[in-house]
Amino acid sequence: MLGFLGVLVDGLSYGALLFLLSIGLSVTLGMMGFINLAHTALAMVGGYLAVTLGERAGWSFGWAVAGAVAAATVLGVVLERGLFQLMYRKSELAQVLLTLGVMLMATAGVTYVWGPSLQFVQVPAALTGRADFGPIDFSRYRLMLLALSVVLLVALLVGIERTRFGTMIRASVDNQRVAAALGIPIQKVFMATFAIGTALAALGGALGVEALGLDATFAMKYLVLALLVVVLGGAGSITGTFAAAMLLGVLNIACAYYLPEIGSFAMYALMLVVLLVRPQGMRGLSKEAA
Amino acid sequence: MKRRLTLELAAAAGLLLTSAGLAAQTGEPLRVGIITELSGASADSGRQGRQVLELFMKQHGDTVAGRKVEILYRDAPGASPELARRAAQELISREKVDFIGGFGFTPNAIAVAPVVTAAKKPMIIMNTAATSVITTLSPYVMRMSFTLPQVTQPLAEWAAKNGIKTVYTIVTDFGPGTDAEKMFVKTFEAHGGKVIGSVRTPLANPQFGPFLQRARDEKPDAIFAFNPGGDQAVQFVKAYAERGLAKDGIKLLTTGDIVDDAFLNKMGDAALGLISSHHYSTAHDSPENKAFVAAYREAYGAKERTSFYGVGSWDGMSAIYEVARRTNGSFTGEEAMKILCGLKLTSPRGPISFDEHCDIVQNVYIRRVEKRDGELYNVEFATFPAVKDPGKAAK
Repeated sequence: MLGFLGVLVDGLSYGALLFLLSIGLSVTLGMMGFINLAHTALAMVGGYLAVTLGERAGWSFGWAVAGAVAAATVLGVVLERGLFQLMYRKSELAQVLLTLGVMLMATAGVTYVWGPSLQFVQVPAALTGRADFGPIDFSRYRLMLLALSVVLLVALLVGIERTRFGTMIRASVDNQRVAAALGIPIQKVFMATFAIGTALAALGGALGVEALGLDATFAMKYLVLALLVVVLGGAGSITGTFAAAMLLGVLNIACAYYLPEIGSFAMYALMLVVLLVRPQGMRGLSKEAA
Repeated sequence: MKRRLTLELAAAAGLLLTSAGLAAQTGEPLRVGIITELSGASADSGRQGRQVLELFMKQHGDTVAGRKVEILYRDAPGASPELARRAAQELISREKVDFIGGFGFTPNAIAVAPVVTAAKKPMIIMNTAATSVITTLSPYVMRMSFTLPQVTQPLAEWAAKNGIKTVYTIVTDFGPGTDAEKMFVKTFEAHGGKVIGSVRTPLANPQFGPFLQRARDEKPDAIFAFNPGGDQAVQFVKAYAERGLAKDGIKLLTTGDIVDDAFLNKMGDAALGLISSHHYSTAHDSPENKAFVAAYREAYGAKERTSFYGVGSWDGMSAIYEVARRTNGSFTGEEAMKILCGLKLTSPRGPISFDEHCDIVQNVYIRRVEKRDGELYNVEFATFPAVKDPGKAAK
């Protein structure tokens, strides 16, 4: 029982990072129909920037993460305005090829600047070690990730439901043409949404340096997982993405713990089943439309 | 008439080729083809090996027996047997190398073995463990590095004799990993210990957390672990420290791959107290090693280190120079192998020699990670002398 609790916390915190890494991808796919395979590359850049600010410039962890997120978001917006928006009307294949190319360039770029090996950040003492709860203990860092993901989920849901901007996003997701006809500034909404998605991805990358390990293969590795989350959760749905990320996180960790011979096969088997039975993902189950 | 001309031409050509062949040896450069990791995740290790080779040539001169030594590097990043095989073919047929060396990954060595056997060129496995059988498959393969069974057996014996009764093993799921696991279990249980669980982690992108958690829940006296080293090793040690296993009194026993000297400082204090077994430590107390380490630091930086990886390259080059000296620069593949396999050298790691399969026989040391002058070292405290590879007998 205690072992299971440990697996649960590990799995949910892993899911929290997956959520951060994939929510931006889900929304851009659902809203703009734009397949952005360079999404995790932006997360990776966020990670590397956090490492540089934390280790080379000597900033404290919190500020290093904040700085990395800000810088990566700016980079993401520049990329979106300068390059990606030219592809919105093009075919899916063209989008895939372009964004994949961007991802490969990013991977080569970080290898050139930082080298291929694992990077490290200095995590503040309050987040290291275990938190004791009697017979069981949990990693403090992982508990922080869990708490953060819940806070962000609530913030995103409130933002989407209660704010004007959220309404504009939902309208754009439902029917782009009508929304534009009603005077919603589609391009600005896209740009802002892309920025938010990139910021969250960069946050995932920066926090993932400690929990997932950051090296030059990060973008490719987590792209597959992010796509898995989006397929499972349904593109464009926040609660869907959250549920899918948590499910996959727990599944992955639980398999490694109880059935290590299976490896990651369980996750991919699940994706296969979902694609065959319900290709739109879990989205249909959630009440929110976005 | 035509037939006779053809015959004469063929004879002339044959003569020319053989004389060219002979001329290719005397006065011609001595070419060594090194197949190693120049890019990819293990590029750091490949770079170490290269620096050691260049240092060797700087110290011993770049000419031996009247022939200028040329090293040709070819990239086989990570486990890429196809690339390694093609590189070997190109090095032998186009560049006409006299030796093939290097190899930081087992599959690469295995892929090249048939190539050198067909071409009758000597091959020296300098860095990777490779599986035990490789030296039995070809008379042209010499191992200068180590094997997993060779360094694991003493560790298991030491553990059983030093109060460790139960062990949980965590190894990576590939050749060297399974070699290590089998040898550890066999030896540990032969000395009265009990292996209460075994698990294998994937070779690519393993998440060590759940595996260590499971091990912790089984409450063994110690965990025996093996993984390819480098970044995986750092992640593993960090995960071990993070999960509070040391606090629970669960020791960590590993082969030297995990506490690789070149990556040790990156692990920080999480690595203190780790017990490992290996054939080389940069803290080894011998005049040859002190000179080796000092020379490396002088050439590449006061904080720079090399590890068992570099020592393999160093000794490999020593062996090549020895062959050239004893044959005055002119040798066939068979002659080179005969000399190589009969060598007895004093390496920076200690004394080394070779068995009937041209496999290395060397000391294996049990070490503990300690801090000296602000840096982490594997300090040797027990020695198993002249250990032959037990892996072949086990099959």
